[in-house]
Amino acid sequence: MNHYETVFILNPVLSDTQVKETVKKFEDYLVSKGAEVVYKEDWGLKKLAYTIQNKKSGFYHLFEFKADGTAIAPFELEFRRDDSVMRYLTVKLDKHAAAWAEVRKERYKSVKK
Amino acid sequence: MANIEQQSKGGKQGEVRYLTPLDIDTKKVKKYCRFKKNGIKYIDYKDAKFLLYLVNEQGKILPRRLTGTSLKYQRKVSVAIKRARHLALMPYVGDLLK
Repeated sequence: MNHYETVFILNPVLSDTQVKETVKKFEDYLVSKGAEVVYKEDWGLKKLAYTIQNKKSGFYHLFEFKADGTAIAPFELEFRRDDSVMRYLTVKLDKHAAAWAEVRKERYKSVKK
Repeated sequence: MANIEQQSKGGKQGEVRYLTPLDIDTKKVKKYCRFKKNGIKYIDYKDAKFLLYLVNEQGKILPRRLTGTSLKYQRKVSVAIKRARHLALMPYVGDLLK
C-alpha cells in the first residue's frame, strides 16, 4: 500500500452542492478500490495563475490516501471522464514527503482554529 | 580586471588615469545550499509562496550558480516547480514580482 496525494481543480461554475457531490464521488471511488483516505483538504475557490479552459479560478481539493499501485490508473481515468475536473495531479509520497505532510496538517489545523 | 589594474597603476597606453587606485573589494560571499543548511528534506509543490523565491520575474527557474543550491535539491526544486505550474499554482510565464 503506497502513500499517494492527489490535488485536483474543479470548474468554478459548479454550485456548492455539485462540488460536494463530485468530491464525494471521487472519495467513494477510492474507498471502493480498497484505498484508505487518510486526509482531505479543501482550499476553496482560488485564483489560477493562468486561465484553464478560459476560467480564471477553480475549486482546489487535496486527497491524501493509501492505495496499492493498481488502483491509481483507473482512478485517474475517472478524473479524465469527469469533465467538471479541470486538472488533476497524483503524486506518490516518499518518507520525506509523508513526514512533511504530517507537519503541514498540524500547521493547517492550527491556522483553521 | 586586468586593464583596470594597468590603468590604476597609470600605465602609459591606458587612456583613463585614476588618481586613487581602484580597490573594488568584491568579497566573494560563499553561497550555500539553503536546503542542506536548514535541513529541508522535501520541497513541497503546494506552497507556491516559497517556490517564488527560486524563480525569476518571468517565472523561469533560477540556475544553481545564482541560488547556490546543490544538484540534488535543484532537481527536487525543478520537479516541484513544474508540478506547481501544472496545477496553476505558478504561472509558466508571467511578470510575477513586478
